[in-house]
Amino acid sequence: MTVMSAELPEVVVLPTMAEPAEMVIQARKGWIAIDWNEIWHYRELLYFLVWRDLKVRYKQTVLGIAWAVLQPVLSTFIFTIIFGMFAKIPTGGLPYAVFVYAGLLPFTFFQTGVNQAGLSLINQQNLLTKVYFPRLFVPTSSIGAGLIDMAISFGVYGIILACYRFEPSWQVVYLPFLVFLTILATLGLGYLLAALTVSYRDFRYVIPFMLQIFMYASPVVWSMEMIPKKYRLIAGLNPMAGIIDAYRSAILGQAWHIPTLCISIATTIALFIFGLFYFRKTERRFADIA
Amino acid sequence: MSQPAIIVDGISKRYRLGHANAKHQTFREMATDVLVAPFRKLRAAGEGGNEGEEFWALKDVSFEVQPGEVVGIIGRNGAGKSTLLKVLSRITEPTSGQIRLRGRVASLLEVGTGFHPELTGRENIYLNGAILGMKRTEIATKFDEIVAFAETEKFLDTPVKFYSSGMYVRLAFAVAAHLEPEILIVDEVLAVGDIEFQKKCLGKIKEVSEQSGRTVLFVSHNMGAIESLCTRGVVLSKGQVSFIGSATQAVARYLDSSGKATQTVENISGGPFHLLEGSIFGLDSAPLRTLDAAVVKLRLVANEEVRRFGLHLIIETESGMRLGDLDTFPANSTAFLNAGETYEITVLLNQLPLHVGDYRLQLQLRDDFRYRGLDIDPPLSFHVNDSITIENNSRHGNRFGSLALKYELQTKSMSNPLNSCIAL
Repeated sequence: MTVMSAELPEVVVLPTMAEPAEMVIQARKGWIAIDWNEIWHYRELLYFLVWRDLKVRYKQTVLGIAWAVLQPVLSTFIFTIIFGMFAKIPTGGLPYAVFVYAGLLPFTFFQTGVNQAGLSLINQQNLLTKVYFPRLFVPTSSIGAGLIDMAISFGVYGIILACYRFEPSWQVVYLPFLVFLTILATLGLGYLLAALTVSYRDFRYVIPFMLQIFMYASPVVWSMEMIPKKYRLIAGLNPMAGIIDAYRSAILGQAWHIPTLCISIATTIALFIFGLFYFRKTERRFADIA
Repeated sequence: MSQPAIIVDGISKRYRLGHANAKHQTFREMATDVLVAPFRKLRAAGEGGNEGEEFWALKDVSFEVQPGEVVGIIGRNGAGKSTLLKVLSRITEPTSGQIRLRGRVASLLEVGTGFHPELTGRENIYLNGAILGMKRTEIATKFDEIVAFAETEKFLDTPVKFYSSGMYVRLAFAVAAHLEPEILIVDEVLAVGDIEFQKKCLGKIKEVSEQSGRTVLFVSHNMGAIESLCTRGVVLSKGQVSFIGSATQAVARYLDSSGKATQTVENISGGPFHLLEGSIFGLDSAPLRTLDAAVVKLRLVANEEVRRFGLHLIIETESGMRLGDLDTFPANSTAFLNAGETYEITVLLNQLPLHVGDYRLQLQLRDDFRYRGLDIDPPLSFHVNDSITIENNSRHGNRFGSLALKYELQTKSMSNPLNSCIAL
C-alpha cells in the first residue's frame, strides 16, 4: 500500500484526468450569442448531415445524379420558349438560353436552399427532441446538397457556353464572392423561415409562394436594364436582385449596376444577421413546440 | 475529486398547456403581423402571459451526483423523469434553476436517433455516432466492435429500412453503447428488444459504469435493472423529488407508493362473510415480482357458521381477460368456520408466473354447502414487477405456458389459535 501511494500521484495528474470542463445549464433570456467553440467542436456532425442528405437525395431514383443536370437544363428550355421566343425579353444581344441560365444558377440554389432550410427543422423533429447539438446545423446542412447541385450546374453551363461558342469575360474571377453572397442570403432567409415554421406551420404553405414572388422580383427571366434607372435601387432591396444581376455581369460581361449591388449586399448581410440571431433566440423553444 | 459530477439546483420546468391553440389568428393576420413586427409576435408566443393553463413538469428538483455513481431515476408516468433528462441533456431549457455538469455528457434518450431508413447499416453507424457526439476517428476505431455487438455483420450494406425491428434496435443500441462520455444519461431504452438483448445492454451499462468509473443517470421502469445497476435512486413524483437514497430503498419506496393503494380491499360484506381486509403481496409484504412467491391474505369474520369454506381466485389482465384461476373446492381444501370468529386466511402461491405488468385478482369467497358467498368487486388490481437482473439467468427459463398456480391454503382462527387447520 505504501509503495502504491508513493507512486500514484504522478499517474493521477494526467492532463485528460484534470479538471473536466464545467457546463452550466440555466434559463437564458433575450438574444443569445453564437457559440463558436461549440460549433467547432461539432463540426464533423455538420459534415455528416450534409453527407447524409447527399447520400439520400437520389436514392431509389432511376436517373440518380442526372437529375442535377436535367433540372436546370429543362428549366432553361422552358424559359427560353416562354420568355425568349414568345415574350421576347431583351437580353442585350445574348442568346436567351445563355442569358437565363446565368440567372437560374444562383436562383435555383436560393430557391431549393430556402425551401429545404425552411422545412428542415420540422422534417427532423426527432433530432430536436431527442439529442442535443447546435441547432443551426439543421438548416445549414440542408443547403449543402444544393451546393453540389450548383457545382454541377456550373459544369453544364460551361458546356452550354461552349456550344454557343461564347467566351466568358475575365470578370468571372468575381464569381466566388458572388457565390458566397448567394449562400449568405440563402442561409439568412433559411434560418428565419426554419425558426418561424417550427412555431407557425403556416409557413409551410407560405414558403413556395414567397419563392415564386422572389423569382419574379429578381432578374432571373428579365434583365436589370429593363428597369428604369431610378427604380433600380429599390429593386436592390431584394437581396437576390443585385446578386443575380451581378452573376450576369461577371460571367457574360454585361454592365455592372454597382449601387444596386451594394444595396443588395447590405440587405443580404442584414438578412443573414437577423435570421441567425432570430434563430438563436427561438431555438431554446424548439424542442418544446416542434 | 470530491466535486460532484452533476449538481441539479432547484430546477423547474413549466409547460403551457394548450399552447398550440393559443394562436387563434387568421392566416392573413398572422402573415401581416409577422412581416410588420416579428418581435411582438415572438414575445406573445414565447414569454408573454397568455391565458393558457400552466403545468409544472418539474418543480424545484435538486440533487447531486458524485463522479462514478450510477443513479436511477424512478417515478410513475408523467412524474417528470423524461423532462428532467431532457433538461440535463440540454434539449430543452429549464424555466428556472441551474444545473452544473462536470465532464463530457452524452445522452441516450432514444435508441437510433437520426437513423435514416434509406442509409445502410454501415452508413447509419457513422451518422448516428456523429449525432451522439462521437468523432469520426473514434467511430472508425470502434466500428468492428459495434458491428460485433449488434450481431448484424451480414446486413451491414443493406438499407436499415429492410431491417427487422430487432436488428434495428440492436444496431442502434450498439452505437450508443460505445460512447465514451464521462457522464452518460440514459432513458428507458431497454424497454425495446428481446430479453437476451436487454440483458446484454444492461451488462454493457454495468461494465461501463464499473470499469471506467463513469457517472450514469438511468431512467427505467425495470426495477430489477435499477436495483442491480444503480448505487443510488431518486424517486420523482409529480415533478418533485420525493425520495433520495440507496437504489434498493428507492425502489421499495416507489413500489410502496405505487402499489399499496390498489393491492388491498377493506370492509366488504356479502353472504355469511365480512371481509375486514384482503391483499396480495409478495412474501413479507414485499412487492410482487415475476416468478416470486405471492401471498393472498384475507382477514374475515364469519357471520354464521360456514361448513365448507373455500376460495375461487381468478387472475386476469387489466382488460379482463382471464389468465388462470384457482378453485379450492375440487381439491377439497376447505375449512370449517365458526360463527362470529375472525379468521386469517392465506393463500400462498409458490410462483407467480406473470410478466411485468398490471393485473387484476378476482376473489370469490364461498360456502359450498349453501352456495352463497362474497364476490369481491371491483377486483383487486396489482402490479407485477420485472425481476430481470444480469446475474440471474435462471429466471428467464421457461416462462411460456398457461398459468399453473400451485398454492397452499392456511386458515387460522384469530381468537383460538389452536383451532387452526391447514388444508392443502
